Amino acid sequence: MNKFIHRKVVISGLIIFVFVIYILQLFNLEVIDESYKLSAINNSQRIETQYPARGLIYDRNNNLLVYNQAAYDLMVIPRQVKAFDTTELVHILGITPELLKRNLDKCKRYSRYKASIVVSQITDTKYARLQEKLYKYPGFFIQTRTLRKYNVAHSADVFGYIGEVSQSQIERDSTYASGDYIGINGLEKSYEPILRGTKGKKILLVDNYNRIKGSYKNGEYDEPAVVGGNLTTTLDINLQEYAYRLMQNKKGGIIAIEPATGEILLKVSSPGYDPQLLVGLERGENYRALQQNPHLPLFDRTVTATYPPGSVFKTIQGLIGLQEGVITPATTYECYYGNFFNGQFMKCHGHSSPLSLKGGIQNSCNPYFVNVFRRVLENNKYTNVREAYGKWRDYVLEFGLGQCICPDFMNESAGSIPTQAYYDKIFRTQNWYYTYIMSLSIGQGELLITPLQMANIVTCIANRGYYITPHIVRPMDDAHQQLIQKKELHIDKRHFEIIAEAMENAVKEGTARVAACDSVVVCGKTGTIQNPHGLDHSAFFAFAPKDNPKIAILVYVENGEWGSSYGAPIAGLLIEKYLTGKIAPRKKALEKRMLEANLIQPRIGKKKEAAELKD
Amino acid sequence: MNRQNDLIKNLDWLSVFFYVVLVFMGWLNIYAAVYDDNHSSILDISQKYGKQLIWIGASFVLGFFILLTDSKFFTAFSFVLYGLLVALLVSVLLFGKEVNGARSWFELDGIRIQPAEFAKFATALAIANVMSRHGFKMMRFSSLFQVGLLLFIPAVLIILQNDTGSALVYSSFLLMMYREGLHGSILLLFFITVILFIFTLLYSPLTVLVIIIGSTMIAFLYYRQNKYELYRIIIFLAGCIVFFLFIRWLFALTIPDERILLYSYLLMNLFGIYYIYKRKMKHILLVMLASWLCIGATITVDYAFDKLQPHQKDRINNLLGIESDLTGAGYNVNQSKIAIGSGGFSGKGFLQGTQTKFNFVPEQSTDFIFCTVGEEWGFVGSTVVILLFLAFILRLISLAERQRSDFSRIYGYCVACILFFHVAINVGMTIGVAPVIGIPLPFFSYGGSSLWAFTLLIFIFLRLDANRLQVFS
Repeated sequence: MNKFIHRKVVISGLIIFVFVIYILQLFNLEVIDESYKLSAINNSQRIETQYPARGLIYDRNNNLLVYNQAAYDLMVIPRQVKAFDTTELVHILGITPELLKRNLDKCKRYSRYKASIVVSQITDTKYARLQEKLYKYPGFFIQTRTLRKYNVAHSADVFGYIGEVSQSQIERDSTYASGDYIGINGLEKSYEPILRGTKGKKILLVDNYNRIKGSYKNGEYDEPAVVGGNLTTTLDINLQEYAYRLMQNKKGGIIAIEPATGEILLKVSSPGYDPQLLVGLERGENYRALQQNPHLPLFDRTVTATYPPGSVFKTIQGLIGLQEGVITPATTYECYYGNFFNGQFMKCHGHSSPLSLKGGIQNSCNPYFVNVFRRVLENNKYTNVREAYGKWRDYVLEFGLGQCICPDFMNESAGSIPTQAYYDKIFRTQNWYYTYIMSLSIGQGELLITPLQMANIVTCIANRGYYITPHIVRPMDDAHQQLIQKKELHIDKRHFEIIAEAMENAVKEGTARVAACDSVVVCGKTGTIQNPHGLDHSAFFAFAPKDNPKIAILVYVENGEWGSSYGAPIAGLLIEKYLTGKIAPRKKALEKRMLEANLIQPRIGKKKEAAELKD
Repeated sequence: MNRQNDLIKNLDWLSVFFYVVLVFMGWLNIYAAVYDDNHSSILDISQKYGKQLIWIGASFVLGFFILLTDSKFFTAFSFVLYGLLVALLVSVLLFGKEVNGARSWFELDGIRIQPAEFAKFATALAIANVMSRHGFKMMRFSSLFQVGLLLFIPAVLIILQNDTGSALVYSSFLLMMYREGLHGSILLLFFITVILFIFTLLYSPLTVLVIIIGSTMIAFLYYRQNKYELYRIIIFLAGCIVFFLFIRWLFALTIPDERILLYSYLLMNLFGIYYIYKRKMKHILLVMLASWLCIGATITVDYAFDKLQPHQKDRINNLLGIESDLTGAGYNVNQSKIAIGSGGFSGKGFLQGTQTKFNFVPEQSTDFIFCTVGEEWGFVGSTVVILLFLAFILRLISLAERQRSDFSRIYGYCVACILFFHVAINVGMTIGVAPVIGIPLPFFSYGGSSLWAFTLLIFIFLRLDANRLQVFS
């Protein structure tokens, strides 16, 4: 057999060859190739996100409005799930087995290795019971999150709400990950970068069942979460509360501004809804219900809605007339229940005649302001009506109309003051006649203005010629402070004084007597806006006191019929409440009527409504 | 007294040293693999490492008793032991306990015994006995048949237990048989079959056919040293292909491309036979025959692969990178590579491994124990372990070569080859260069059966070696 002894070499050579190959492969895996080291990190470390608490929201008097509450999300890593007692888990969570299965399938589709949420926002009591049983469910764990909690059951339009980020938002901004919350509208959206804070992370060592085995390097690489910044709003929450009560069962918006600072004291969009509805497990259902509500509670009737301003616009008309020098305070016009203008009739209501400018505002005479507008448009300074209209439009824009004026709301509408080009197109000529756009003179026609902008008009009058950028959040730094500017109008102060006096008269003995307060001089102007879809809208704006005004307010009540029927009384009550802190006994009956009035229930007709009002 | 002195003098202490060092390293790694803070005592017998210590102690006692046994016992009782183990393999099929889909365990009071592990030493003894008999000629059919039968019986019984891995160990005897005079071409054929098997699964039939025909032509050129002949053949083959393509087009037949190539090659070969006969070049006929053997093998492989069990298909596919599903069948190997790769040059240190400790690697204390070595001891440590195994195997081979009796030499080669096969397949599997065949790493993997089986294998050989001077062949 020794003739085969050389084969020993062949066999030994083969064995050595194989083992050398192995050593080379080991060298490749352990020394050259870095990718396996990275994989090992992913494998054995779980990076747990530390969610910061969102910033709090306060009112102007440091009353806490919005805060946070701990909530618990049940997470799952599908790969690690073993067969478990579905019935028990479903029982603890209080959900249907079908929902659990559907959610689990969704998680599986997302990733078999990464954690995702199976059931979000579990309550404290359910969490306590689940925590005890969690060891029975490998692959499941609990993540603590914070949810929004509100001290008030209204003003949802101010705060907005938060929800999980969408895929497209994650793609745009890498600071977000699936399952994170983001502000969806209101202040939650516009101040998202401040409110959200900074996420932290905790690196944990885990085994393949994701059981935590300790922290990585004693937390050397952990980053704590940074709590979100707080917001102080300029709202007066007591006044806000009262306003919501007055507006219950009515549609419309209220904005009140502190004229000297531009701070928004009141922002009421009615019907509103309890912000708490959009938190928690029932959120989706509640949202659907709100969306389907015919009265559109999700629609912001203060900054998104645009309306024709109606008679309140006559103040601007008067101011422009005075500034352009086409009228004086003494200019008078005749009116007997209306007048014809080049064949077109402009109707009016009963009042004495002829009227001066102050009388025109006090009695809200329509033909008076058609005449003023005619004088403005047919001014000889300008070559034609079209050019004069351009000048007029410039004045109007100075009041903050036709543009977004508040930096705090992303859902603000610009509204619309029609351009010359717009009318060129409509009339198919550049040669206009004043009667073409006559209805603008009384705030009707193509004008679209948000309640915030209307409030800004009255702020300009209260300040006698300027406004400060209206805002609802107190500036936190210089950059933010830069956004709030003083805007001077190119209309003389003395003209404003005349309009203010006229508005004072309107409250004292004109159309807005119902808004008067015993201790304060209120200057106001009513508006009744023709509504082709139903009852007319009721509008009223006012400021008080006359000298050194503390509040400028606009109340717009849809289908309120007359400016004096709802707008004026509600504004009067709010002014009195804000300035004196109470409602005089004389006005208790009026207050009660306002609180109880219901304009939302279907009404049979104008007549019956009028009868009710007289009672 | 004299005998004991002889034993101490003649025993190969170097092999004993390798054995003890490897067993001790294995124990440390089992401890590291299943270590957990609550049971940190390495002597805790409620844990695997504690139990393994008992097995280790028992195997030392076993080794000691083997050394005290008269070496003639193993020669004389080799068939009895073989028969006993075959009987055990049959009875485990009937009464055994099924674990992980394999019915290969006896369970007594919580202690599991795997007869397949012990069948190896008995088979080795029986084969050594048969092959060392007077008149045994390696290349004689009857002799080959005897050896084949001895290998075939336990291998088939183990396959029936659904433990293909342990059955494949018997292929390592081929290496020993090569040493004893098996024609090199048979070993070569074995390797070619393995390579063809892999090629068939990796590449399309057309590619494999092109490779085979290409290799045949290179062989032809090598034997004939005449490139003009080769050109003629290629032109002829091309002509045949065009002819068949034309036929396919003419009758609008649906014949796959590889069939066209196969028919063309067949036609060319038929003409070739006439040519070979005329020119009297018989060795070319052999080349041609070899090419047809290869073609036959690929067809068989294709057919056989279809018949394999799904998990075996998965493992083979995975090894060859056909299906790189890292969550399914490839999970084990990927995790194992991650664990080893994360060790780096010098490793994370004893008990510092995160991959194996937190159970990312499956079967970490048994089949995938090498991951712990790689992760905690790094490239340096795992290389040391491989070199220790290599040195041990080479030492066993050199011991085998110094035997005077054929029996001892053959048995020694059996031990070396079995050890080699186990280490090569097990380590290769954890580093992703060998198929995932579930066989333990000798001395390292947790489990008494494996440790005892290797102790028996090695100490019987050491006993035979210690006695070598008293044997006269």
